[in-house]
Amino acid sequence: MVNTWSYLARLAEIEVGEHFYWEIGKYKVHGQVFLVSWFVMAVLIVASLLATRNIKRVPEGMQNFMEFVLEFLRGLARDQIGEKEYRPWVPFIGTLFLFIFVSNWSGALIPWKLIQLPEGELAAPTVDINTTAAFALLTSLAYFYAGISKKGLGYFADYAQPSPIMVPFRVIEDFTRPLSLSFRLFGNILADELAVAVLVLLVPLLIPLPLMVLGLFLSGIQALIFATLAGSYIGEALETHGHGEGEEEHH
Amino acid sequence: MNPIIAAASVIAAALAVGLGAIGPGIGQGNAAGQAVEGIARQPEAEGKIRATLLISLAFMEALTIYGLVVALVLLFANPFS
Repeated sequence: MVNTWSYLARLAEIEVGEHFYWEIGKYKVHGQVFLVSWFVMAVLIVASLLATRNIKRVPEGMQNFMEFVLEFLRGLARDQIGEKEYRPWVPFIGTLFLFIFVSNWSGALIPWKLIQLPEGELAAPTVDINTTAAFALLTSLAYFYAGISKKGLGYFADYAQPSPIMVPFRVIEDFTRPLSLSFRLFGNILADELAVAVLVLLVPLLIPLPLMVLGLFLSGIQALIFATLAGSYIGEALETHGHGEGEEEHH
Repeated sequence: MNPIIAAASVIAAALAVGLGAIGPGIGQGNAAGQAVEGIARQPEAEGKIRATLLISLAFMEALTIYGLVVALVLLFANPFS
């Protein structure tokens, strides 16, 4: 009896800031994040392979589902970037959404606690700030690339639109965007997992269930928000301010 | 950990989340109220209003979450201990 309780108590333990370190060269990496992200990647790859292995004209089963997902992702990118230029950005935004969504849900749905690590615990990769910071920096790179590849260095001239007073604000925005993107995702997912963990610690049965369902909903929304914001930043970088081609026609 | 630092950190963590929840709470209430009003006036726009509302609610919630991140740092990864 005592043994079962101590086992259950260990399952409900809250571990924040403890990691399962791997040493690669002179770097220390958080091994638990890698393990779970490999799992997430495997899930996504297997699902896509299953869906595309036997393509039929009238989709059914897995293919049907994946086509629905693709339609949804294309709609998401089209709403943010615009009909004309959204096509090349669907893979980026779609990958962000799918990876974040599957890792959030894997953290909530799969009982990782049953697998014991020597240190730290397995959880959604998005509970680690390094993962979310990487996504946010990738988003920054993506929108800079979008702007510069379309307008050249003229992209930075747009910072002074509509008036030069805007320049410092736009520069600060470039720094706060990745910060708020990464903190939003990290904080929300960690808050979900912590709230569930605290409730499980207090009442192990049934009571945490509604909160878990709410957590599933919220983590889906967070993935949607991350992808939407990435799309809207890229769309904003691609936007022309009308003074370019429009004015040349007048002369 | 120095007991004074521990006590101060716990109080600061509570304040960070508690005070940080006030503003977004008011904001979310406002947004939800306006959305309900919008749906009442124009029920056919419900889908669009709901999608916009969810996204903007998440933006507001992010502010409280920043407070929560600060609180968690103070509790679990205190830089002064």
